[in-house]
Amino acid sequence: MRSQWAWMRWREKMLAENPNWDDQMTRRSLVKLASVGAGGIAAASLWARGALAQDPTAEPDPEADPEVEEPTLEPIEGTPVGSAGTLTVYSGRNEAFLGPLVPRLEALTGVDLEVRYGGTAELAAQILEEGENSPAGLYIAQDAGALGELAEEGRLQELPDDILERVDPRFRSPEGLWTGLSGRARVAVYNTDELTEDDMPDSVLDFTDPKWEGKVGWAPENGSFQSFVTALRLLEGDDAAREWLEGMLANGVVPYESNGAITRAVAAGEIEVGLVNHYYLYEVEAEEGEQPIANHFFPGGDPGSLVNVAGAGIVKGTEQEEQALAVIRALLGEDAQEYFATETFEYPLIEGVEPIPDLKPLAEIDSPEIDLSDLSDLEGTLQLLAEVGVI
Amino acid sequence: MPAVPHIGQAKIVRETGPEPESRPRLRRDRLTWGRPRRPPVIVWLPALVISLGMLVPLVYLVIRAMDARTGLWPILFRVRTAEVMANTIFLAGSVAVGSASLAVPLAWLTTRTDLPGRRAWSVVVVLPLVIPSYVGAMTVVAALGPRGMLQGALEPLGVQRLPELYGFFGAWLTLTLFTYPYVYLGTRAALRGIDPAIEEAARSLGIGPWQTFFTCLLPQLRPAVVAGALLAALYAVSDFGVVTLLRFDVFTRVIYVQYRSSFDRSQAAAMALLLVLLALVVLVAESRARGRAAYYRIGGGASRHPRLVRLGRWRWLAGAYCLVVLGLALALPVGVLTYWLLHGVSGGEGLGGLGAATLHSIGISIVAAAAAVLAAMPVAWLAVRYAGRMARMLERLTYLGYALPGIVVALAFVFLGANYLTPLYQTLPLLVLAYVVRFLPQAVGSARAALLQVSPRLEEASRNLGRSTFGTAARITVPLSWPGIGAGAALVFLTVMKELPLTLLLRPTEWETLATTVWNASGGGAYGKAAAPALLLIVVAAVPTLLLDARWSPPRGEG
Repeated sequence: MRSQWAWMRWREKMLAENPNWDDQMTRRSLVKLASVGAGGIAAASLWARGALAQDPTAEPDPEADPEVEEPTLEPIEGTPVGSAGTLTVYSGRNEAFLGPLVPRLEALTGVDLEVRYGGTAELAAQILEEGENSPAGLYIAQDAGALGELAEEGRLQELPDDILERVDPRFRSPEGLWTGLSGRARVAVYNTDELTEDDMPDSVLDFTDPKWEGKVGWAPENGSFQSFVTALRLLEGDDAAREWLEGMLANGVVPYESNGAITRAVAAGEIEVGLVNHYYLYEVEAEEGEQPIANHFFPGGDPGSLVNVAGAGIVKGTEQEEQALAVIRALLGEDAQEYFATETFEYPLIEGVEPIPDLKPLAEIDSPEIDLSDLSDLEGTLQLLAEVGVI
Repeated sequence: MPAVPHIGQAKIVRETGPEPESRPRLRRDRLTWGRPRRPPVIVWLPALVISLGMLVPLVYLVIRAMDARTGLWPILFRVRTAEVMANTIFLAGSVAVGSASLAVPLAWLTTRTDLPGRRAWSVVVVLPLVIPSYVGAMTVVAALGPRGMLQGALEPLGVQRLPELYGFFGAWLTLTLFTYPYVYLGTRAALRGIDPAIEEAARSLGIGPWQTFFTCLLPQLRPAVVAGALLAALYAVSDFGVVTLLRFDVFTRVIYVQYRSSFDRSQAAAMALLLVLLALVVLVAESRARGRAAYYRIGGGASRHPRLVRLGRWRWLAGAYCLVVLGLALALPVGVLTYWLLHGVSGGEGLGGLGAATLHSIGISIVAAAAAVLAAMPVAWLAVRYAGRMARMLERLTYLGYALPGIVVALAFVFLGANYLTPLYQTLPLLVLAYVVRFLPQAVGSARAALLQVSPRLEEASRNLGRSTFGTAARITVPLSWPGIGAGAALVFLTVMKELPLTLLLRPTEWETLATTVWNASGGGAYGKAAAPALLLIVVAAVPTLLLDARWSPPRGEG
């Protein structure tokens, strides 16, 4: 129910921008499904990549649309979902994020998706316990760390080049065992009534300065925050990380239970700055209307602008490999990437799909040089946080 | 040992185990007369099988701990482990004491006094039990946190920040508020089963009401109170949501961190084994505190409903007490959830699509409750009627699954199911089995306390008149101990309704319950969406407590 509703909302949004969007979507689906029936999934995805390269927000020109004229394609009658088999997905991404996309993925691939939602880490542990008998075909994770762990344990299967090539090497496994699907950047969200962009420091490390005393908030239990601290340790060393954490505590940093709570507190003026992911600003504004808040990206490869990804990998030995490949291709297709961009306000990771207009483009973010798989070992970070007394 | 009143025809019999040699031979013979020394196969075999099922998580943990990548000793013997152990013990003990202190007065007020609105109170005071602890903790933080709703309301008065809620105090308060019903349910059932003759005799001999309560009533309530407090303590040990949201470092939190952050299942297993050890210590302590007494009427006459105590002007104070407890444990979370619901719905979130999840929740909870009660009966029977070393050990075993964090039991069943019971993996039967392993002690504790109140003389009479063991159980024991057994079933029903880690990992794919729906919604930070299923969960869970109450006919005003 909810997913259909969310789809409707998305559709309305797209229609507002482009009155012909509906037609284009239907056509794309039919084109794809016809290809599935005719030439198999590989052909379909190749075709789809060509067909989807078109910008959906471009000015429509029905007369000149090449897809309409395509003579070899025949629409398929009846319900095509399931015609290409079933795929069991273990999703560490929440139903609120992935759910609305499921019917679209099914329509695009013909694969019937059975999604099992759970915590990213719990599902990773489940796949490890299940061993060879895992019913899971595709694993979708909230962060790169869990994928790195499954890869290290030899539970993921190598992905073909046509999938890997779509994504910047920064955002996928160096061994080709998993790929990112969408990106999120660490930022400092600040209150625009109190501060301007010029007031913001060049590095997250500068928040230990006395002038920020009691004005900064963080969420130490949050996974993204902990990934950031891990990155800080990798880039600057354990001692520097400890010094910074202690400095922040001494400076009266305010702890919150979640990034959303921080962002609301900044909007309400309780604090002036919060260390969060970039998309919370848009989530809060989507719920509560425009707020006096803005995102600050740190320049110069600062650990404060780490870009992390949510990603996916195919479980080794699955009988559903073909379906899993089709679904990953669809997730890295224009529809799904557009969804991540406009609905979850994340960064799309393929070329040709842009993030929402007021978001700083991914290419312009000076994120630190780090292999995201290296962020999988969080234990040292947690120990550090506990020792310093942050958690 | 407190003095045992021997007044008129009614007595409490305190049967101790191995009798001291000095005791007259005759008495011992009289007490064991007519009872077989060995339990029948129909009792011990199922009890043994069920208790062996309890070993699944333990065996799994040992297997996992053995394939540790690095040595386990440095982890197990570092200072932090000791610190966490101390925290865990302290929290479990405080929650046990706290929940018993809250619940015993509530149980007495709602069964034995003319408290205004007594029947209604007796239903609603159980309800905090159904609030999932992660939801409860979320609402407590939202309302009472340093910058929560209460602070917002007090802001005009110049209150900028409330005192720190995080740490021990917040975790203790929240856990106590959501676990006292464990003690309450058992105590209420025991109060209803207690023969009032002793109290009446005591009162007629001029003993004051307070003294009567402490010398006659409380000792009889001890098994029920201790069993409930044990459940509360072990709940505190195994719970994850509260200690995480309120930031108190106990074993569960450390174990989850191992799974979530370093994905080290071996270290987590080693920690969980330490937790098992701790649970064993608690169980031994409990068995010391519990005593080995039996509480049934011997001699002639039948027990009847007790006379209600008139509270007089104390009734308003008593009412205020109930109101405060309920305000914190029920009105606060429900209020916050309702606020989120209205907030969310006004933002466009619908209420549809919960029908299937509701049916799934109710169905699986009923099946699990029935299975747990069936499994609990032989174990409790053995423990009560054939109390010996073996019986005690089997009963203790059933508590293991309950003391472990849900994720550990869940992964044990994932391991068992995926590798050895493949056709059953991610099907409802295996899920029910896992629920039974996790929640059996809730049924065993209540059944045990109830059986203690049934005189074995009645069973012996039935046997002598030609009924089989099974027939006697069905016609005599079960009907007589129904309030306790029913309380156990209700407990299992309520806790299965809100259970999360087992449900998420072991349910059939795409088979959603209200609890998974709450989790799905709140995981995205969308409290508005979580509120509707959470409120529905509370409403649905109120039904069995209502039914349970209806089965028990209330005492009339003048007895």
